[in-house]
Order: sequence, then structure tokens, then C-alpha cells
Amino acid sequence: MTIARMPSGTIPHRAGTAPRQLVPRHSALVRVTHWINVFCFSLLLMTGAQIFNAHPRLYWGQYGADNDHAWLSIDSLNSANGLRGVVHVGALSIETTGLLGASKEDDAPAARGFPAWLTIPSYQDLAAGRRWHFFFAWLFVINGAVYLVGGLVQRHFRRDLLPTKAELAPAHLVQEVVDHAKLNFPKGEAARRYNVLQKLTYMGVAFVLLPLMVLTGLTMSPGLDSAFHILLDVFGGRPSARSLHFICASLLVAFVVVHVVMVLVSGVWNNLRSMITGRYAIELDGDQQ
Amino acid sequence: MNPNVKFRDGRETPFQARRRWLTTFAAGAGSLALAGCDRAVNNPRIDATLRSAEKLTLASQRLILDHQPLAKEYGERDLSPVFRANGTSMPASKQYAQVLQGGFVDWRLQVDGLVQRPQALSLPALKVMKTRTQITRHDCVEGWSAIGKWQGVPLSLVLDLAGLKPGARYVIFHCADNLGETADDTGLYYESIDLLDAYHPQTILAYGMNGKDLPVAHGAPLRLRIERQLGYKQAKYINRIEVADAYAHLNGGKGGFWEDRGYEWYAGI
Repeated sequence: MTIARMPSGTIPHRAGTAPRQLVPRHSALVRVTHWINVFCFSLLLMTGAQIFNAHPRLYWGQYGADNDHAWLSIDSLNSANGLRGVVHVGALSIETTGLLGASKEDDAPAARGFPAWLTIPSYQDLAAGRRWHFFFAWLFVINGAVYLVGGLVQRHFRRDLLPTKAELAPAHLVQEVVDHAKLNFPKGEAARRYNVLQKLTYMGVAFVLLPLMVLTGLTMSPGLDSAFHILLDVFGGRPSARSLHFICASLLVAFVVVHVVMVLVSGVWNNLRSMITGRYAIELDGDQQ
Repeated sequence: MNPNVKFRDGRETPFQARRRWLTTFAAGAGSLALAGCDRAVNNPRIDATLRSAEKLTLASQRLILDHQPLAKEYGERDLSPVFRANGTSMPASKQYAQVLQGGFVDWRLQVDGLVQRPQALSLPALKVMKTRTQITRHDCVEGWSAIGKWQGVPLSLVLDLAGLKPGARYVIFHCADNLGETADDTGLYYESIDLLDAYHPQTILAYGMNGKDLPVAHGAPLRLRIERQLGYKQAKYINRIEVADAYAHLNGGKGGFWEDRGYEWYAGI
């Protein structure tokens, strides 16, 4: 996406406010793959929760089933007061009735890991969950491949995501963290580019977490394990890969929460427009350098 | 004025009314989205589209597995302390009770269908054939895994003994357990695999587990081990092997008990 082709101009402004200018922000590649990714990730997360519910226990090692030690389990217990949900993480046990382990399904209490409103389908159906999960996993992988190849060809990674040496200086990093905490966002020229925290986060998501999701997912396939024993060696077994798949998904959820909060507090319409039309408004005055 | 306290005549404050509206709207929107997802799951056209991914998975895994790589084999110290039994743990039929009572002396493995020489093999006849022992991982579709040691005869040897006829494409396993708990035979467990998996060196008909005879809970006297696919393909209590050119004529037509209930025929993922 060449910048020259993108129309930009000064927006009429009210007296007393800084003049604003629309500048090209996101390439078509980034915009299209971003929204396909949002769609796939949402469905993969909810169908993944459905699959997890079939056996809501996680293990480390080469084997792991009911009689083996689980580092995390969402248990449903029968008590005098009805069904109780309890999450065990290591030595901790947390009462989660109503949310995890025991929640309502069709207005009746049900023993289920994640609640109905977090799974697709809402009722328990592992076969349907798997079918949806694998279909959107294919779409997600194809979309990711388009993004990676396009990002290399268009120099998106080098131009937009790779931090400069100056940006990685500890003093600059500390300043960025302080600015973020104060919700002090860059204006003017500085707003044309990602800041270093954005760069590092997006690189972590695109090059570490999402590829790990794919690789740990593939390690759960007995077919692929036979062709690539290295997957089992790298991740320490199929149960470990399943645990890592869960942990990476949780980290991605944490990323999405922070990402959406940042979008909301730093100008929701401007951010949304830039990810839809590609154009982002920056204030011409009041540069914060 | 406290906005949370109703007016004296019982009317809601505007604040309470707005909150009630918002809550109702949010709950409505949420259940609409959920109902939408469930409707999409039950839409036959969407379902057919999603099923196309299974073909893509099968084709790409066949490309990768064409050279018949072996599933990872583990050591004795990797064995699961307790190997979870799944599905049927004791077939309910009278015939099974009888052969079990007799120590499987009267049990025979039928091999028929598209074969040159149909067979009726006794357990000792299978045991004198070439043996393969392997310590492998059993992966359940639910997500748990267990490692066990299996001893048995490679399926390829049994198929060669019977001799395949031209047109043979699938090997179908008919089992003694009625997992569907039906009064007729429609609930009987069955499974099918194609010849590529049937002739894989680790595909065995196991009669031994962890150094002992195969326990009843794990499919005595004979079960399938097909190590590159999920647990539901590992048919237990096998009493008949049918070689065929298709499996659509059986029960639900999808090639297996769980396949008829929505699971993928190709369970390599």
C-alpha cells in the first residue's frame, strides 16, 4: 500500500481545537487480515472452550488422564446445596459455582467447565466443536500465511513493527510505560507510527503466541506426531502441548482485553476508522516529542 | 434522592428503569448471539461447508504421512500407572458372557468380505503368527492421553493370509459391544479404516496389554491398535473383520459408531 495513493487532507475544525489531518495508517493487507483474524480467533476461542469442556483437566508430560496429576482442573462436585464448581490450580482451590465447573444450561444447573455463553455450540457437543474448530483453524492459518508473506513483501514488519535501537533504550521504554499508564498517547507526527510498546506487543502476538497456538495445536494430532516426533520433544508431550495451547490462548485473551481497552481510551472512532478505511486522524498542533 | 430507592408509590426511578432496560437489552442481545451460533451449528448447509475442512485435513495429512512414518514408541518407564478404560468396559451380550466364561476357547475371528480365503481364526492361531510389541500413546478425542504396551499380530499379516480381492478399499471391524445400548444390532460398535492405515507396520490386532492378556475393560480378547489416529478408531472386542469396497451400507453410513454420531471418519487430528 503506497502512501502516495492514499488521499489525505485537513479536516474542517471548530475554532479553538487543533486542526486534524487524515493520514494513511494501516495497509489493506493489515486491515483485511486483522478482521478475518478477529472473526477466526473469536470462533476458535469459543469452540476451543467447547473442546476443553470434554475433559477439563490439564497435565504436563507424555501422558495424562483422570488418575494422573492435573496442574489445572475445573471440577464439578455434588454437594448438599446442589452442584458446585471448583477450580484447582496447583495447590489452590477456588470456588467458581455459576461460572466454571457448574453453571446454568437451559436454566438448569449443569456440570460443565466453561459456561454455555462461552462455548460454541452453547450445549455440550464435542463433535460439532471440533468440526468448527478445525475449519476456522484452517482459515486462521491461511489468513496468517497471507499476513506473513504480505508483510515481508510489503516490508510491513521492517517498516512498522521492528523497533529501532533508540526505542529499545531502557530510558525510552520506561518513559513509554509511564505514558501508557497515564493514558498519555502520542499526538502529531509521533502518532503516525506505532510506539515501541505496540511494536513489541504486536510482534509477540504475531511471531510468538499465534505460531505457538498453531504448533501446540498440531502436536495434539496423533497423525502429525508420527511424522514430526520433534513436536513431542519440543513441547514435552501431547498433554504438555495441550496445556501450552490453553496457556497461549489465555495470554491472547489477556492481549485482546488490553488491546480493546487501549483502542477505547485512545480514541475509539479514530482507531476503528483506521482499521476499516486505513485513514487515521492526527492533530497537527501540539506535537508531543 | 437515592436513585436506587423506588418512589413512594412504587414506581421505578428513571435510573432504575434505564438499568432494567439495559440489562434486558444486554441479556437479549447475548442470548440472540448464542441462539444464532446454535442455529448456525444446526444449519445443514453450514455443516456441509465445515465438513469440507475434514477432506483438507485428510488430504494434507496423507501427503505428510505417505511414507508411513511410525508413531513415537516409548520406554517401559513412560507407561501410564493407570490406563483409563473408555467406552464399554464389559459387553452385555449373552454370547460375550459365554465366550468369556470359556476363556475365549470358542471365540473365533471371522475374516470375510472381499477376500480370496475367508478365515475363522482362534486366539492360539493368532498368537502363533508373527508378534509385534509396541509402547505407544493412546489419544482420546476428549483430550486425555495414556501410554500402554500392546502385543499383537500385524493386521497386514491377517489380511495377507486371507488375500485381498480386487476392489478392496476398506477394512471394517465388527465388535461385540453394544455401546448404543439398543435392543437390536444398530448400537453395536464398529469401525473402518482404509488400506494405507491397515498396512501400516504399527497397525496390530492386540491380544496382550502391559505384558498380560488383554483385560476385558480394554477389549478382550482382541482389539485394534492404529497408532496414528484417535482412541475411538481403536475398536475393542473385535469378532469379525470385513474387507469391503465401501462402508456406506453399514448403520449410519459414516463408517463407525462415533462417526455416525458426528465425529470425523479420519481421526488423525
